Order: sequence, then C-alpha cells, then structure tokens
Amino acid sequence: MNLKKDKMLRLGFFLVALSTLSALAIITIFIFVEGVPLINKVGLVKFIFGMKWAPSQGLYGIFPMIVGTVTVTFGAALIGVPVALCVSIFLTEFAPKKIRTFMRSAIQLLAGIPSVVYGFWGLTFIVPFIRDYLGGPGLSILAGSLILAIMILPTIISITEVSLLSLPSLYKQGSLALGATHWQTIYHVLIPSAKSGIMAAIILGIGRAIGETMAVIMVLGNAVALPNSILDPARTLTTNIGIEMGYASGAHQQALFATGIVLLVMIMMLNSIAQFIVRKR
Amino acid sequence: MLMRPKTAEKVAQTIIWSVSILVVLLLFFIVSFILIKGVPTLTWDFLTQNPTQSGRSGGILSTIVSTLMVTLVAILVATPFGVGTAFYLTEFTYESKVTKIIRFSAESLAAIPSIVYGLFGFIFFVIYLKLGWSILSGGLTMAVMILPTIIRTSEEAILSVPRAYREVSFSLGGNKWQTITRAVLPSAFPGITAGIILGIGRCVAETAAVILTAGSSLHMPESLFDPSRTMAVHFYILAREGISMERAYGTATLLIIIILGINLTANMLVNRFIAKTR
Amino acid sequence: MKPVKTTPPRRAHFVSKFKIILLVFMTSLSSGCNRKNVNGLILAGSTSVQPFAETLAEAYMKLHSEISIDVQGGGSSAGVMSAQTNTADIGMSSRSLKDKEKTLWSVEIARDGLAIIINPKNTITSLTLNQVRDIYSGVITNWSQLGGKDKDIHVITREEGSGTRSAFEDLLMDDIEIDPHSIVQDSNGTVRQLVGDDANAIGYISLGLVNEKVKALELDGVAATRENVLNGTYVLSRPYLFVTSSEPVGEVKKFIDFVLSADGRALLDLEGLITYDSGGSQ
Repeated sequence: MNLKKDKMLRLGFFLVALSTLSALAIITIFIFVEGVPLINKVGLVKFIFGMKWAPSQGLYGIFPMIVGTVTVTFGAALIGVPVALCVSIFLTEFAPKKIRTFMRSAIQLLAGIPSVVYGFWGLTFIVPFIRDYLGGPGLSILAGSLILAIMILPTIISITEVSLLSLPSLYKQGSLALGATHWQTIYHVLIPSAKSGIMAAIILGIGRAIGETMAVIMVLGNAVALPNSILDPARTLTTNIGIEMGYASGAHQQALFATGIVLLVMIMMLNSIAQFIVRKR
Repeated sequence: MLMRPKTAEKVAQTIIWSVSILVVLLLFFIVSFILIKGVPTLTWDFLTQNPTQSGRSGGILSTIVSTLMVTLVAILVATPFGVGTAFYLTEFTYESKVTKIIRFSAESLAAIPSIVYGLFGFIFFVIYLKLGWSILSGGLTMAVMILPTIIRTSEEAILSVPRAYREVSFSLGGNKWQTITRAVLPSAFPGITAGIILGIGRCVAETAAVILTAGSSLHMPESLFDPSRTMAVHFYILAREGISMERAYGTATLLIIIILGINLTANMLVNRFIAKTR
Repeated sequence: MKPVKTTPPRRAHFVSKFKIILLVFMTSLSSGCNRKNVNGLILAGSTSVQPFAETLAEAYMKLHSEISIDVQGGGSSAGVMSAQTNTADIGMSSRSLKDKEKTLWSVEIARDGLAIIINPKNTITSLTLNQVRDIYSGVITNWSQLGGKDKDIHVITREEGSGTRSAFEDLLMDDIEIDPHSIVQDSNGTVRQLVGDDANAIGYISLGLVNEKVKALELDGVAATRENVLNGTYVLSRPYLFVTSSEPVGEVKKFIDFVLSADGRALLDLEGLITYDSGGSQ
C-alpha cells in the first residue's frame, strides 16, 4: 500500500522533473521551426558565410556578425579572464575574512546589476574615452569587449573560486611543507589541480559574453560590415536580433530567428564542452 | 627570465591585490554614478505616480506594478517545477541516464541567452498560445529562464539536509511524502527561498526577454493579459530615447536598491541555513 | 532594442486543458480580465506616428473617460492594411498612400521633417543633397572633402525596418545603398545623443527632436525649419496619416476631429511635429 503510494509520488516528481527537458525541447523546436525555412531558402552556406545583410533587399548573410561575436567575445575573455583569476585567487588565498565577505557581496551585486545599466555606463564613460583618446567613433569592438569583460567577471570568479576551494587542503599543506612559497604553491600546485574547473568557468564566462545583448547594443555601434580594427563598430548575433526585432516581419523576422538558431547552436556546443570538462574531473 | 621566488611572491601579491581592489573600485564607480544622479529623483511622488507623456513626466508606479506582476507570475510558475525537479533529483533516484539528461537540460536552459528566450517567448506565448504581449507572456518566459537557478539552489539546499533527518522520519513510520514535507523541506526551506529570491532578482533585472514578450505599454496593467513595461525596460527606453535622463537615473537607482536588497536577503537566508545545518 | 511591433493576436480562445489551468490560475490572481474595447478604439501602424498618437489618445481619454484607446505599432504598411481589413479603427502611416491604397479615406494629421544633424562644433553648416547621399553611400569619408577638418566622418544610420530609415532612403538615397560600415542605432534619441557627443558624426532624426546639442544642416541652401517644410522648399519631409476604411463616423470621427482641432494640433506642435489647419478630410 505504502509502496504503491511512494511509486505514484515518484512518478509525479519525475513528471515535474521532465519540465526542464520539455522546456528545452519546446524552445529548440519553436526557434528552429521559425528560422529553418529561411535558412533553407537562402542556403545554409550562404546564410552563414554570406557577407551581406540587407533584409530590405532580401540579402541575409550573417558572417560579419559571426566575426563580430567572435572578436568581441575573444576580447572580453582576454581582458576578463586574467582579472577574474586574480580576484578568485585573492578571495581564496589572500583576502582576510572580512574583506572576503565584503568582496563576495560586491561581486554578487556586480552579477545582479541589469545589463542595461552596464550598457548605459559604457556609453557614458567608455565610449567617449575611446573616441577622445584612441580615435574612431568610440562605439567599437574595444568598448564592447571592455563592458563584457566586466560582465563576465562574476561567472568566472564564482566557479573558479568553488573549484579552488574544493581542492583537498593536503595539496597546499604538502607544497608549503616542501618549502615552496605561497605563490609557487598557487601557481604550480593549486591552479593546475583546479584546471578543469577553471576551464569550465572560462567557457561558461565566454558563453555569457556571447549571449549578452542589451549592454552590447548600446556600445558596439552595430555596423553590419567586417571590422578592420578593434576601434571599428561591429555587430554580434545577439544584437542583430535585438536591434532589428522591433520592426521585423515576414522573411526578415524569420532571418532573425535563424540568427537565433546559430546562436543557440554555438551556446549549446560551448555548454556541452564545459559540462564534459566538469564531468571528466 | 626567472625571478627569484621571494620577488615573484611580492610581484604576484601586488598584482592580485591591486587587480582585486580595482574591481571593487570599478563596481563602486558604476553604482555610484547611477546613485548620485538617481537618489534625488527617488521621491514619494516618483514612486506613487503613473508616468505621463511617455515617461517624460510623472513617476514610475505602473512600471513598478508591472515588474511585480511579471515577477510574481514567473515565481509562482517556476517554483513548483524547480523545487519539484530538485526533489526528484535528490530524493527519488540515483544518478542515472535520466538524471543526467535532466541535469543537462537544466544546465542548457541556464546557458541560453536571454534574447533567445525573448524570441521563444514571443513566438510561443505571444503568437502561438495567443497570449499577446502581456504580463502573462513575460512572466511565463521568465519562469522558464529562472527555472535552472531555482533547481540548482534547491538541490544544494536539499542535499545539505543531514541524512539523519530522513532516517529519523522513516524510523518513526513516516512515508516518503511525509518525510519530504515534514523533515526535509522545513530545513531546506531557507536555502530554497534564497534560490527563489535570486530568481526574483533575475526577473527584475531582465530586459531583452521581457521587452519581446510583455511589450512596453506604459499603462497601469489591469489584468495578466495586459501588455506592460517593467522597470528595467522603462530605464532602457528612457535612457535610449533620451526622454528623461533624470527619471532614467531614478528608475535605475530603484533597480539597484532592489537588487542589493535581494542579494542581502538571500545571503542572510543562506547564512542562517548554514548555521542551522552545521 | 524595442518591443516587437508586428501585431500579434490579442486574446486566446481557451480550449485546451493547459489553457484552462492557466485561466484558473490567472483569474485567481486578477479580477476582470475581459474588459478591453467594449467602448474603445484601436489605432495601429507606423511606429513613427505611434508616440504622437499615444499622446493624443492620453489627452483624449482625459476628456472622455468612457472611451479607451489602444495604440499599437506594426509599421506603416501594416497600419494601412489594418484599416483596409478593419482590424484597427484607424491605421497610422508615415508615408503617402500608394496608388492602389487610394480608395481608403485618409487625413494628414501632421508633417514630420527629417533633419540631417551634425555636432555643433563642426564648422560646416550646409550640404547639398548629393553630398549627403555620398556621405551615406561611403563615397565621401572625410570632413576635409567637404571643407571641414581632416577627420573621418562617423556616419550614423537607423536599423533596417525603421520608418525613419526608409523615409531617409526614399527621400534621399535614390536606391543607392547605405554603407554597411555605418554605425546603426535603433532610436532617434541615441542618434541625437551620439551626434551631440561626437564632433565628427553625422546622423538624421525627426526635425521635431532637434535640440541645442546638435546642429541641423541646411540642404541645398534651405534651412531645416517648419516654415520650409510647410512651403515645400525643404524636401526631406513626410506626411503622418490617419487612414480609415471609409469616411469616419461615430467615435472614430470624434477622435479624428479632436486630433485636427486646435487643441489636438497644439499637442502635436508641442511634440515637435508640423501641423497646419488642413480643414479636415481629403
């Protein structure tokens, strides 16, 4: 009697748990159903490698935006990753307890600030700074990378911190006992041992950067051409959707969903890699 | 070129300390830049009056109400699913293919960019289910978006409830349901609540997904079917269109205060939780 | 980024179980969900006209609290179509009607000029239409080619699909493509802010939105002023139309009469549009 009840209960919870899978399936199906017809019409190769995006002329090539996404994200990682690693090491190895608590809340706040606020701040400070001191229109890949570097800090820091903290304390004690300095221990023992966690953190941070929309719309300039330098404006996949979804209809709207497909596929691949790394550990 | 260990230690320490301080300073810079300009705008009237003239004058009451309603819908829908999933993963099954798939789905949901949620919510809730731009469409979209956050925090909370609690419950003749609701849930409750509160934070801060699903009408919403504009969207539109910078800063200030409050509450709950289970 | 402006279906027919559950859930949260448009008007169409229509609707509803007016976007073509099919009581368009649409009833509620704006620090005050076209097509890339400083021109345009962009293209670009390297912004407000901040930028916005932070250029020697738009010498202008399927009657007529009244015109003038006593319908 009780056993049967428990079984029913189990089934009930199982069905609830299926919500994640069904949500993922519905999201994927609906985005694909909207976007695939256009990709078929244009041709996958032409869609992905097409250099020209001009919906009013029926031209749908997103290669400049793929390049934009990759460069802006790469820049963000280049700036953000070392900073995030420094902060994580600081939190786990150097910070006195009080400072650590304070800093954790600070980073939590950093994660909670709406991305529109970041974008607005970037437009007010970073963009004019680049325009006045480095040249170009200011709205640029550099501005986008800087803003994204700040925005991905919390993701990378929190995961790195967890993986550093979860190392057995023996590692550290052993290294110090062998006469290594604190830094030598961190650099030669702790970081290598936490490598897979750190890698996952970086990949998830990159995923966050690729997916960010609102802040990037405001500082990137959104030009649909291949950039020649990091001081040129560019457009990412997310901002392509964000900036044009407002008025789009018909094939144009489908093309934005198709952009969403490419974005979704990129994110899923990154996510799977990150999960694979974490699992392997 | 190799440095002597002592020198390397000094250099590394200096860099790590200064980078960390710089990050905190940067955060202060961003926050204070909003607060300094925004706090003077935050008057009682600003909070209790509806916006007029597209937000050029008046307050932000309708956007506060919209934010609350969208968030409420999201939380009410996501919490049972999120907590239920967490219980399934922790209490009802061993690690298996099934749990792997569910975990993978949750992680994937967490990784999907908010603009894609916006596209999905637009095509699924707004168009396919014919809910139109509405609080309901926005709330349901956000519910899917915060589901992984709630699952993850609830799972952690449930896992850290000592085994003994369950064993005592079972030995006293409690069945599975009683054990879950009377022994595990109460002690995991603060942790679960913290997760829900973090979900609220995401709803409040979100722009891209909400603007495509809830719309941007400034009218005071009268039902869940009404289109609405949340505070984050309002800030974006005010600042972008240059309608009223003063009111944009005011709105952003309120947003930051809310986020800060949410974080502090969540931390407090987690700390209390940790203190209790240890 | 803006909310999507294609007009989605408004209300669900509750059939499936899922929806019934939703309905129960929703009614428990809110009282009356069925209220809309018992006594209401729907306006749909051009997103350029939308904010002005909202202002008008807001003022009108203050005078007539029994009426509710719902203003939606969708773009000019969708607006004309929605008037044709009676999906909306009034369609809004920011372009003239095409020949095949001329069977509809329409009235010009105002005109909007397009101003070519540059930074006030820029010494240039006047360009020819050809020069502006060359700047936007990427032929002219440096202010020195126009008698200014030796600085790259930072060209700012609007996003694909924007009514202001299509008006700019129709009125000025002659089917020549806007250089894809141009910066793209999704609102009048940001274009104005960027041009106001950047000494080497050029952009275009609604004439009514020009303020002291930017400088509107003379085109072919004609200043961008209300008078010049009205007398037709300033060529970058477009009509804002209200379109209905047939001669308006009842509440629709009352609202349009209000829009064309001195009070309505004063509101639009205040918002920066150019109105005149048109004497009613065409």
